[in-house]
Amino acid sequence: MILGKVTGTVVTTISHPHYKNRRLLVVQPLMLPGQEPEGDFLALDNTHAGVGDTVLVNREGNAARQVLNNPDACVISVIVGIVDSLNIPELE
Amino acid sequence: MLFGRVRGTAVSTIKYPDLKGLKLLVVEPLNKHLDPTGPLQVAVDVVQAGPGDLCVMVRSREAALAMRENTFVPVDLALVGVVDELTVHPDDEFDLTLKKGSVRYT
Repeated sequence: MILGKVTGTVVTTISHPHYKNRRLLVVQPLMLPGQEPEGDFLALDNTHAGVGDTVLVNREGNAARQVLNNPDACVISVIVGIVDSLNIPELE
Repeated sequence: MLFGRVRGTAVSTIKYPDLKGLKLLVVEPLNKHLDPTGPLQVAVDVVQAGPGDLCVMVRSREAALAMRENTFVPVDLALVGVVDELTVHPDDEFDLTLKKGSVRYT
């Protein structure tokens, strides 16, 4: 799982049935100080996250299928948690 | 999952038999600011997108799972949604760096 920030929302009227009833959000991965920002991506929301939330994102198809309770879901990234706090004692 | 812009169509006569009947589109992968992130690629369309449409794409095995009938096909990029509305906040609106110590986000 990775840590990311929700920076946008996507509305798709025509979409694959597996993408219905859940929101698609734009996620920007968090980075270490001085690091190059990683590429952003889209994730299906399973936690009612909103723009500005720090989230826990699963970027693996099998995990997504388990979360969505559909063994054939064509989804890779899924938001599985909203982060309340982080404690990192040492940081380079 | 990522954004893509439909740039054209691709036609292939001699191909793996299971790919028959699938609609192939030439797409340009984009980031959230809709800037191109790589070369043009070919994706299978299941949402009847047209040239110029901004789409949501899915990669890897999940692209094959997006197919309507046979999902055991050699496909690694599929269009799964047509974007109607996109709201992206600028990056400087958020703090994207991890910090040492304890940080509360909510």
